[in-house]
Amino acid sequence: MTTLVSHTWWMTNRRLKVLVKQPAFVVILLIQPAIWLFLFGNLFRRVVELPGFGTTSYLDYLIPGVVVMTAVSSNMWAGMGMLEEIERGTMNRLLTTPVARGAIMNAAVLEQALSTTVQVLAIILLGQIAGADYPGGLLGLAVMTVAAVLLGTIFSAFSNTVGMLVRQRETIIGINTMLLLPLTFLSSAFMAESLMPSWMSTIASFNPVNWALDAARAAMNETPDWGMVLVRGSWLLGAAVLMLVLSVGTFRSYQKSV
Amino acid sequence: MTSAVTAHELTKSYPGHVTALDGLTLTVRAGEVFGLLGPNGAGKSTTVKILTTLARPDSGSATVAGHDVLRHPARVRRAIGVVAQRSGLDPMASGRDNLTLQGRLFGVRGHALTSRVDELLDRFDLAGAAGRNVRGWSGGMQRRLDVALALVHRPEVLFLDEPTTGLDPEVRTAMWSEIARLAADESMAILLTTHYLDEADRLAARLAIVDGGRIVAEGTPAQLKGELQGDAVHLELERPADEPQARQAIGTVARLREVSFDGRLLSARADDGAAAVPAALAALETAGVGVATVTVARPSLDDVYLRHAGRRFAA
Repeated sequence: MTTLVSHTWWMTNRRLKVLVKQPAFVVILLIQPAIWLFLFGNLFRRVVELPGFGTTSYLDYLIPGVVVMTAVSSNMWAGMGMLEEIERGTMNRLLTTPVARGAIMNAAVLEQALSTTVQVLAIILLGQIAGADYPGGLLGLAVMTVAAVLLGTIFSAFSNTVGMLVRQRETIIGINTMLLLPLTFLSSAFMAESLMPSWMSTIASFNPVNWALDAARAAMNETPDWGMVLVRGSWLLGAAVLMLVLSVGTFRSYQKSV
Repeated sequence: MTSAVTAHELTKSYPGHVTALDGLTLTVRAGEVFGLLGPNGAGKSTTVKILTTLARPDSGSATVAGHDVLRHPARVRRAIGVVAQRSGLDPMASGRDNLTLQGRLFGVRGHALTSRVDELLDRFDLAGAAGRNVRGWSGGMQRRLDVALALVHRPEVLFLDEPTTGLDPEVRTAMWSEIARLAADESMAILLTTHYLDEADRLAARLAIVDGGRIVAEGTPAQLKGELQGDAVHLELERPADEPQARQAIGTVARLREVSFDGRLLSARADDGAAAVPAALAALETAGVGVATVTVARPSLDDVYLRHAGRRFAA
């Protein structure tokens, strides 16, 4: 166990050192959510005039939506990093060392979690500048950040699993293109759930993206619904752990095909 | 521990009925440099992957440094150093960072780690570039760092999978002296795979020829060449038309055997090639056959390969 923790630490450290050497990538990481905030904020500005949003500012409603969409869309590419490790030969080199297998996957997920956190903080700041209100205060914002990180972990671990199993860029691109928009729009990211057709809101209740939104919105309310935060939060945590365990399991199949 | 590596009847096939290993058995003794020689696709890399716990065999068993690779892969990993065919360096990390992380994963830490890293950087002449990203390094430097990485925890068994493939001739020669230096360290066994005959001849104390996923010959380079019994004698005739007379004349020379003709080229074997040449020349001159050139060659591993794999070695 201590080996897993210390190896996770060193392997994460290895990835972060590479990340800070690529400032351009970090900038892109921050620009992307800003564009979404701007586009959706202007395009849908007037939908709050419909009943069901529970707020008069679409920007207030939109912030958690852009946060989860960002979390999903950046984490779902994590598998590309796995492919790169395999293609560069670093994966095989690492696998012949005593490194804890879990640490390789943990590090990949933690790097993503860190960049998700940075992205969420940027969105919160941008929203603040644009005049958004955060009635839930710092605690509400913290819950939203944690929910986004957990949601991101589900998708980065999933992407790592796909990367290790199929080892093809095209498959990852295909899956991501197919999933991102349905997952986002089958949730309350941009549209109040009460305004969805009932079959849609039924599907949405199984959608982890929606769990994250439920938890975030419940915590960011003036009168937070902690029960909701707890239930949705534990679903997210459960799914994230499950995906992570699955991703570590892929080393077995990798060993058969290498 | 008498054997550094044992492999028994390893088989492995890949999807699409590609048989990579077909009952491969070998033993590497403690402290020796063992060469695994064969063309691409013979099964060398698959063997290394199984022995280094990267891949699992379909059947068969193997031990490395006394540990079963299937039952105790974690123990095997702690005992081995691996230089894979393809470099496994982190291109965006410095040489020092690459080495330090590798050491940490093996549980080397603190002062022991920093001094080991410095020692290896010096030894492989990489200290000057240690702080720069490996991405900008030359191929030869990257290869030396690959070897340094494999040594950071002082392994009992070192695997070198085609360590000089793709290197410039000069860099290759330098790498050879490096490997020879490692070999002199008798506490470490080295399993070296190569498709270069000269490399195996020069570095390996014992070697095995792999073909079609199995070992077809095994022994010291001298033993394997010795099995061919004698030197090769090649005589190039001045006129191809002289072949019938030449054939008759050379038949009278008792020291030559296994005579064959290929156009103007007459090839034969002799226990002592140099001593057989005067007699052969005299016999041919008597028969009025002109000879353009004479070559006497010690048997090479190429000949060994030809004999055991049934074809010329084409790497």
